[in-house]
Amino acid sequence: MSEPNPPRVRLATTSLAGCFGCHMSFLDIDEKLFPLLERVEFDRSPLTDIKNCGPCDVGLIEGGVCNAENVHVLREFRANCKVLIALGACAITGGLPAQRNHLDLGLCLQEVYLTEPSLARGGIPNDPELPLPLDKVYPLHEIVHIDYFIPGCPPSAEAIWKVLSDLLAGHTPYLAEPLIRYD
Amino acid sequence: MPLNTKTDARLQSALRQWGAHDHRLLQVLRAVQTPAGYLSAEVLAAVADSLSVPLAQVRGVASFYSFLSTEPVGDFRVQFSDSITDRMDGSAALLDKLCRLLWAEPGHVAGDGLVSVATTSCTGLCDQGPAMLVNGRAIGRLNHARIERISELILARIPVDRWPAELFEIVDIVRRRDLLLKCELEPGAALTVARRLSPAELIGVIARAGLRGRGGAGFPSASKWAACAAAPGPERYIVCNADEGEPGTFKDRLLLSQHADLIVEGMTLAGYAVGASHGLLYLRAEYLFLRDGLEQTLARRRQAGLLGATAAIPFDVELHVGAGSYVCGEETALLESLEGRRGIPRNRPPYPVTHGYRDRPTVVDNVETFCAAALVLLAGAEAFRKRGTAQSQGTKLLSVAGDSPARGIYEFPFGVTVRQVLQAAGAEDAIAVQVGGPSGTCISVDEFDRQISFEDLPTGGAFTIFGPTRDIFEVARSYAHFFAHESCGFCTPCRVGTSLLARVVDKIHAGYGTRHELAELEQLIAVLGKGSHCGLGHSAGNPIRDTLLRFMPAYERRLASADFAPAFNLDAALAPARRMTGRDDPAAHLGEGS
Ligand SMILES: Cc1cc2nc3c(=O)[nH]c(=O)nc-3n(C[C@H](O)[C@H](O)[C@H](O)COP(=O)(O)O)c2cc1C
Ligand code: SF4
Ligand code: SF4
Repeated sequence: MSEPNPPRVRLATTSLAGCFGCHMSFLDIDEKLFPLLERVEFDRSPLTDIKNCGPCDVGLIEGGVCNAENVHVLREFRANCKVLIALGACAITGGLPAQRNHLDLGLCLQEVYLTEPSLARGGIPNDPELPLPLDKVYPLHEIVHIDYFIPGCPPSAEAIWKVLSDLLAGHTPYLAEPLIRYD
Repeated sequence: MPLNTKTDARLQSALRQWGAHDHRLLQVLRAVQTPAGYLSAEVLAAVADSLSVPLAQVRGVASFYSFLSTEPVGDFRVQFSDSITDRMDGSAALLDKLCRLLWAEPGHVAGDGLVSVATTSCTGLCDQGPAMLVNGRAIGRLNHARIERISELILARIPVDRWPAELFEIVDIVRRRDLLLKCELEPGAALTVARRLSPAELIGVIARAGLRGRGGAGFPSASKWAACAAAPGPERYIVCNADEGEPGTFKDRLLLSQHADLIVEGMTLAGYAVGASHGLLYLRAEYLFLRDGLEQTLARRRQAGLLGATAAIPFDVELHVGAGSYVCGEETALLESLEGRRGIPRNRPPYPVTHGYRDRPTVVDNVETFCAAALVLLAGAEAFRKRGTAQSQGTKLLSVAGDSPARGIYEFPFGVTVRQVLQAAGAEDAIAVQVGGPSGTCISVDEFDRQISFEDLPTGGAFTIFGPTRDIFEVARSYAHFFAHESCGFCTPCRVGTSLLARVVDKIHAGYGTRHELAELEQLIAVLGKGSHCGLGHSAGNPIRDTLLRFMPAYERRLASADFAPAFNLDAALAPARRMTGRDDPAAHLGEGS
């Protein structure tokens, strides 16, 4: 009797307050996508258009947490993914969007929607459909537990591939210095 | 902009005293900054000019030391000592009270430049806390009456020089004397003994006595001296480390105020042993009140022919005052500071014995070590080594503070158990003792039979007692903040690691901690221990490591039950946006978790 194929690993990915640059870098693993697809099936991801994350083995998240919706998505991922990975500088530190953290959110909204001439007549948007912004942009690990971090803006395709292939092979992911050296 | 005449006069007098050399930068900055003043951009530029050093370097030094200020401070600069023992003695309420009386806010200048109130690391008055510094002058035994008195003096704008002397009274309480503190030195007596020996024989006597450094690490003093004597160089230096910054330690304060002759005698015979004719004594800024007495001792000894270029042993001592930095107690940071730079520890090797002060062979020893060296010559190596244990000869001064009805200095032979010290201090009900300060070891009841010695519990001298009502978690949290504040910032593991440690314990303190944070603490402590550049970083995790091991329930009872929780209330983080949009619908709120 032949060995049954090992069950495929379910992978979910999403972008919160990010620029999709990390996802682009992920796709840059190029021809390695084929062996990856033999071992992996995608759950919720910009690549699949599945709207909600189901039970998964691995979740990859780019971008920090800037609003209420980001919190819900992050919690959904944490509740469903056995292993959750923060992908890229924004997910790990807040990154570029966190530049707003030293500004007061109230003053920001006031300036953009009330006192700045171009948009002033619109008023501050208050449609319940719109997610409310948080006072600051937070890194993922300040909201939920994160298992692994892949640094870089964006992390190189090699670094992303190394972490995923380590996980598939059952190793604790390890990024040697050349993969996380940026100068 | 030219300096005003008063500032210029101070600068000129500082230059006369210290000379216009780049390695005098710190002492010059200290001298031009009035006790209540600050270093304005013009002053920094004038100093840079006079010493011919780049302005960036002057700014770098001015911003490194916490007692130098580049921002205006109040005419009265109040700094509350913020050691755990000050807090146990009620410093927080007194600080609140003073702020209320003066309409001040901690960390800000109030009353149109009248006063600024802030906190500073342990000022070494733990036996008579809570304590504060006003314009650099120490006041102990604070209580409500004293605080009211001080606020009246400030509001009446009475210059600190004219405040009642009893406010500034510092008492030295010696509870137990042994070989060292019983020794009554006839100035010069140890030098007379030394001169009958060759330098090599003198080092031999110190070796036979088994003397080890009293600053904490316990390095054999004779080996250090011999290495310095053997190192080639046109000049050698003897440095006395009187930085005593370890929270809970104040035994050097006693020696500096009551036994200055013994210290200088020890330094002089070290100079004789290694062939050094220059000595430097680095006094922590918090002990400024000891400077005049020390200068008088030096002057008296010069007059008596015991010190100076023409003395029988040609050797002189120069007094330097620090500027508020714990890391400067680390010997290579101390040398950097003596050379006028930021107190950033050097790479070792090379060690100070070959490349020390101004790159010359240098012996750096603790105050008590020099006293003990003089004692060895007076009492003899055999009498000295009769006290103590196999690897820790002689006696040790302990600074007993915290929950004891009899705080003060205790001199015990090495080998004394923690329990014996607690008995002597009337503190048998202690639940924990911090031996050697935050960089030392925290032990609990089960280990009170352990010995004070290099082979078991080494200590630079701190012995801080915590009674049955104390919350050991708060002790560890206070120490974590101490290290985060005092990290010199040179290396990332310590600069970032100490801040993260403080953040994580704060998160636990706020009730948001989970098992995740406990694991995080362990990981950070490992990184600090492995990755740091100097001893500060290596030991910064000790208080948490020790208390996690021995007082886990103090952490556990604060944990939130969740596997992980943010360090803040997420719903509150939406409040500004709710306010601005006027929304209050369900989607405008975040619950506790998914
Ligand atoms: C962060 C740090 C602070 C220190 N503070 C002091 C101090 O205040 N006084 C002291 O004598 N040694 C202090 N030391 C130890 C010194 O580096 C050095 O070992 C000691 O002065 C050597 O003198 P000894 O051999 O006589 O003990 C400190 C070490 C570190 C790492
Ligand atoms: S880390 Fe860089 S690439 Fe990735 S989301 Fe942020 S900005 Fe974009
Ligand atoms: S360990 Fe800390 S104190 Fe020591 S050099 Fe590094 S940052 Fe400075």
